[in-house]
Amino acid sequence: MAKSETNTMEEIGISNDYQYGFHDDVKPTFKSRKGLDEEVINQMCDIKGEPDWMREYRLNAYKIFKQKPMTKWGGDLSQLDFDDIYYYVKASDRSERSWDDVPDDIKKTFDRLGIPEAERKFLAGVGAQYDSEVVYHNIVEELDKIGVVFLDTDTAVKEYPDLVKKYFGTIIPSADNQFAALNSAAWSGGSFVYVPPGVKVEYPLQAYFRINSENMGQFERTLIIADEGSQVHYVEGCTAPTYSSESLHSAVVEIVCMKGSRVRYTTIQNWANNVYNLVTKRAFAYEDAQMEWVDGNLGSKLTMKYPSVYMMEPGARGDILSIAFASKGQHQDAGAKVYHCAPHTTSQITSKSISKDGGRSSYRGWVDVAKGAKGCKSHVVCDALILDKDSRSDTYPVIEIGENDTNIEHEARVSKIGEEQLFYLMSRGLSEEEASTMIVNGFIEPLVKELPMEYAVEMNRLIQLQMEGSVG
Amino acid sequence: MSIDLAIKDLHISVQGKPIIKGLNLTVKQGEIHALMGPNGSGKSTLAKGLMGHPLYDIDSGKVVFSGVDILELEANERARLGLFLAFQYPTAIPGVSLANFLRLAVSAVRAKNGNESDKDGLIPMREFRRELREKMQQLGVDDSFARRYLNDGFSGGEMKRAEILQLAMLEPKIAILDETDSGLDIDAVRIVGESVSQLIGPDLGVLIITHYPRLLDYIRPQFVHVLLDGRIVESGGWELTQLLEAEGYDPIREKHGIKEEQNGEI
Repeated sequence: MAKSETNTMEEIGISNDYQYGFHDDVKPTFKSRKGLDEEVINQMCDIKGEPDWMREYRLNAYKIFKQKPMTKWGGDLSQLDFDDIYYYVKASDRSERSWDDVPDDIKKTFDRLGIPEAERKFLAGVGAQYDSEVVYHNIVEELDKIGVVFLDTDTAVKEYPDLVKKYFGTIIPSADNQFAALNSAAWSGGSFVYVPPGVKVEYPLQAYFRINSENMGQFERTLIIADEGSQVHYVEGCTAPTYSSESLHSAVVEIVCMKGSRVRYTTIQNWANNVYNLVTKRAFAYEDAQMEWVDGNLGSKLTMKYPSVYMMEPGARGDILSIAFASKGQHQDAGAKVYHCAPHTTSQITSKSISKDGGRSSYRGWVDVAKGAKGCKSHVVCDALILDKDSRSDTYPVIEIGENDTNIEHEARVSKIGEEQLFYLMSRGLSEEEASTMIVNGFIEPLVKELPMEYAVEMNRLIQLQMEGSVG
Repeated sequence: MSIDLAIKDLHISVQGKPIIKGLNLTVKQGEIHALMGPNGSGKSTLAKGLMGHPLYDIDSGKVVFSGVDILELEANERARLGLFLAFQYPTAIPGVSLANFLRLAVSAVRAKNGNESDKDGLIPMREFRRELREKMQQLGVDDSFARRYLNDGFSGGEMKRAEILQLAMLEPKIAILDETDSGLDIDAVRIVGESVSQLIGPDLGVLIITHYPRLLDYIRPQFVHVLLDGRIVESGGWELTQLLEAEGYDPIREKHGIKEEQNGEI
């Protein structure tokens, strides 16, 4: 089977030395010194040429960050040293729209990640974040024609200041939590999407993110505004090379789903095993709007991520589908939060976690029904699969209900790969590893079938890579 | 060259309790054997032990298949040699479609024979689909079956169809059919009987393990054996099934001085 494994890795564009990490020799055109303070922020604003309001916003957020105590719940953050991180690295002088203009080194990295082939063919626009700056951003003409704005957020601040200013930080204020404050002070890159009323974007908008400078924090900031009756699917995929020292990824994603709109946000992330992935994702859904988070978490050292939906007006709906895969030395603290702020709102949370080789996965969920929000429904399903006795799974569900007329269901299941399942598959010729992989792939099928095809393929490959060598 | 499964003085125990106590039997390609015995006689233990279930301990004896002593081999290695077990109660694998599973299984079993495969080591999709469709038609299985999750929410009859479809696709040399349960419904018995009878030929040897003579109306064995207390105590032809149907196991128990088993099927 060695042959097919090799092919598998090549197919997803990850070469055989992936496990040791790879690191292209890209020379950043600017790199701030380690650590964050007013001076670094001001320097960043100067280089970016940002308007004063953003500079003030950052400096204010930095004050809040400094006042916040270190987060004590969730995972172990004691090894995280905020002073040992580069907060701003600029890899290339400008955003590039044409593939031909992208520097060769960067192209090579994309090649190794297997990005461009599938993307160039049928993607709407590609925003691939290389270090802190979007270097490649190709927007298909059609998006312009239907009035959809799809930009990196830095450019949006300059080109659509009114729109950005109106919504930026309104869904997730700087003071929301320690990492939201840090992101608000130090953010770079990320995507800005605006979909005009009634416009349905037929294809997923995609962006790739990757960390490539040692010790470099990545703080992308994404803002999506779906105007009334519009529809959009945004997809982000992340993969990162491995380094020996710690890395931090702390993104903020804000989404506004106006009346009758529908937004789906899909994430497949596979951070290197030394990355702290501490992300705040939140959507406000107004009347009859629907927000769906599809969130796949592989890799990282510690992930703390709980996509949330605030259902602000009647008829709003929030769906969250989350999958976590915790392997050796990893802690996936993932989950979902739903807030029923208005009557007749509906939510569904499906969480699936896999723990192996001593990995730990935790489900942390919050269901909140406000007083007077009558006729709300919420359904939570947590499934955990534990592959060996060294691994661990926990659930921390919180349900706060301020209204009697409501219907909340919570189901939780923990299972192990059964000896009978393994024997059955092995009796048909599958090796133990193939059999375990098949059972795991079956377990996450509910998520995979929601993904665009090329992501579904990649997800299955990633699971295969994770499962390699997992059996004596 | 004809291939056989030769079981010599086999002893199997489960959780320290001896169940199979010195069993001898040889099944050749092209032959049909029925192994009949009451509940608790060790039928399922034999089936799972032969296939290599890790919870069934082989205490002594030999099982030679295709000239190889298979007792040290993993279940998948036995399968690759051409041994197949149709399960009494196959396990559900949620999220895995029958077709995806079968493509991997067929590829794994055939890999040894140097068949063509694509870069994943899988048999080419087109070839696999054509073959699957053919076999499904032959066995009267609906097309939608291939897309369903393996044994997940299957009725008893559907599980049987799926098992026999796997048998047909994997083309084993010797197949063991574990049909030990007396509670098997008539429909399921008919499905197994009719389907398997279509697959019988000079290249397939079959060991049907059952205590349900009705199944044998569909698949008529040339050899019939009676299993009592972990040993084969009688061997004969068709007439033995008639005797069992008419008089049950008591006369044979008496003849061999064996008490009726108290424990259930293990």
